[in-house]
Amino acid sequence: MTTTTLSTPTSSQTLPPRVASRAWGWARRQLFPSPLQALLSMATLILSGWFAYVALDWLVFSATFVGTSQADCTGDGACWLPITQRLGLFVYGFYPETQRWRVDIAFALAAGVFPLLYIKRIDRRWTLAYLVLLPFAMWWLLKGGPGLPDISSTRFAGILVTVFLGVVGMVFALPIGILLALGRRSKKPVIRVLSVLYIELIRSVPVITLLFMASLMIQLFLPSGWNLDILLRVLAVLVLFTAAYMAETVRGGLQGMPKGQYEAAAALGFSYWKAMGLIILPQVLRNTIPPLLTQFVGLFKETTLVMVVGVLDVVGIAMSTTSTPEWIGRENEVYLFLALFFFAICFALSRYARYLERQLEKSRQ
Amino acid sequence: MSKPTPVTADSTVVRIEHLNKWYGDYHALKDISLTVSAGERIVVCGPSGSGKSTLIRCINQLEKHQRGTIEVLGETLDDNIKRLERIRRSVGMCFQHFNLFPHLTVLENCTLPQTANLHAPQAEAIERALTLLDKVQMRDHANKYPGQLSGGQQQRIAIARALCMRPRVMLFDEPTSALDPEMIAEVLEVMVDLAQEGMTMICVTHEMGFAKKVADRVVFMDGGEVIEHAPPARFFQFPESSRTRRFLDQILDHGVSA
Repeated sequence: MTTTTLSTPTSSQTLPPRVASRAWGWARRQLFPSPLQALLSMATLILSGWFAYVALDWLVFSATFVGTSQADCTGDGACWLPITQRLGLFVYGFYPETQRWRVDIAFALAAGVFPLLYIKRIDRRWTLAYLVLLPFAMWWLLKGGPGLPDISSTRFAGILVTVFLGVVGMVFALPIGILLALGRRSKKPVIRVLSVLYIELIRSVPVITLLFMASLMIQLFLPSGWNLDILLRVLAVLVLFTAAYMAETVRGGLQGMPKGQYEAAAALGFSYWKAMGLIILPQVLRNTIPPLLTQFVGLFKETTLVMVVGVLDVVGIAMSTTSTPEWIGRENEVYLFLALFFFAICFALSRYARYLERQLEKSRQ
Repeated sequence: MSKPTPVTADSTVVRIEHLNKWYGDYHALKDISLTVSAGERIVVCGPSGSGKSTLIRCINQLEKHQRGTIEVLGETLDDNIKRLERIRRSVGMCFQHFNLFPHLTVLENCTLPQTANLHAPQAEAIERALTLLDKVQMRDHANKYPGQLSGGQQQRIAIARALCMRPRVMLFDEPTSALDPEMIAEVLEVMVDLAQEGMTMICVTHEMGFAKKVADRVVFMDGGEVIEHAPPARFFQFPESSRTRRFLDQILDHGVSA
């Protein structure tokens, strides 16, 4: 039955209006065209129904949500207490409790990007300014600075770290990626060679190696007394790594651009940067939205690798939870929570990509 | 930026002297000289591969030449990119494939070059764009995207877009070659109007009717050389070179006699 309600408006206009009979017709054609197939369909339906029941029972109906310790988990279902009891830790890490409002504001600022991207009436310059200021605002809020007491970044952990690395990484990776792509196609040999070297070097090293290098080696090159925050170091690695991949995506888009667009821009007297910024890149970015968002999703998941250099992101907190004696034996619930967390965000991102693609199709007609 | 480009006393708009261009080892343009004065209409024709497109693309440096000099509006073209950008703003160009910007509406196609390159205020740019779109009878389509329009319509918009920059000379690179036959007339009509208003024009085209009607001089090229260079009356009736005659036979008969 759900299939009828899920159908898109355009297809419902072209199909017969009698919904109930259409669903039955569909079921008869697709599920019960012959006795054997009817049998198989029935078996599959019963199996998946049973599976859904078992899963839901474990996840929700027989699960324990309220309580303070393992001893309260008396049912057969999941024990969500390690999450609910340590929710503060999962979200804010070791951030001082009295200062947590700063994290909340930072999260709200990050979440504010989505409506900004969706609402078309807002001038693009405002959106751009917001995106440029966002990383600095987040760092100021989280770390402290003028007007706010300083918080040691060793206290940063959990979703706070994941969201910070993900959002700030995305904001910086794309512009750097674009510059690298332009550099790789530059007519100036020095810029071109440097861009190619950088892109190829980064792409041929695993990100985990780069993270180790960032945590151990960068310190060797900095003047003594300088101490770049470990969080900023891993952030830099994630940004520079993702940028190299994005550069290749954008370069593909640039190469796919008809030569006539460059020529028309040149013939109208556009300078290089104006032609790129106003004519070429707007088209290239629109065409490369799907692969770029895939890379954003990848970046978001790669933030979990920072654990190997001792930065505790949400996965780090999860692992520390499963190894505390109090919550030992509750790995399933903790990892399922992690999976849901990442799924929710990555799914939202890919829905956004789909939305943008559809907008694009509309404007192309 | 929008300061007027200096005009030479003799009102020469384009002066090409001993122009040579190679693609690798291939000698594409061989020692070409051509002078175009203000208000003149030049039609360049010739078989494909004769170098006629390359020639006019050298005038706004979409192609770089290796030897010889090109002077546009009194300024010699060299590696100075800022000067080149300034000159390009006074040299309009229409392409075979229109090359409108597909992500912008028709109106934005016409206003963006003005606001970005001439620093025209938005309102002024819109007014000028609408006036010129009206002139090419495309004002009603101002808010559509290029992809929604036919080739003939797109080419007329491309002409309007170029005119928005207040060019001193217009270059046409086979503007009707990519069009369906029924759309050629509407584009040629706009070009004839433009010629009659006194616009300096250099047109690469196979439309010999257009050449007869508006051209002051016809340049015939073959193999990277100028073979013949004459007013249309003499060019069509008494061509000097056998190559010209053969070309004219082919193009005027459209291969029917063959």
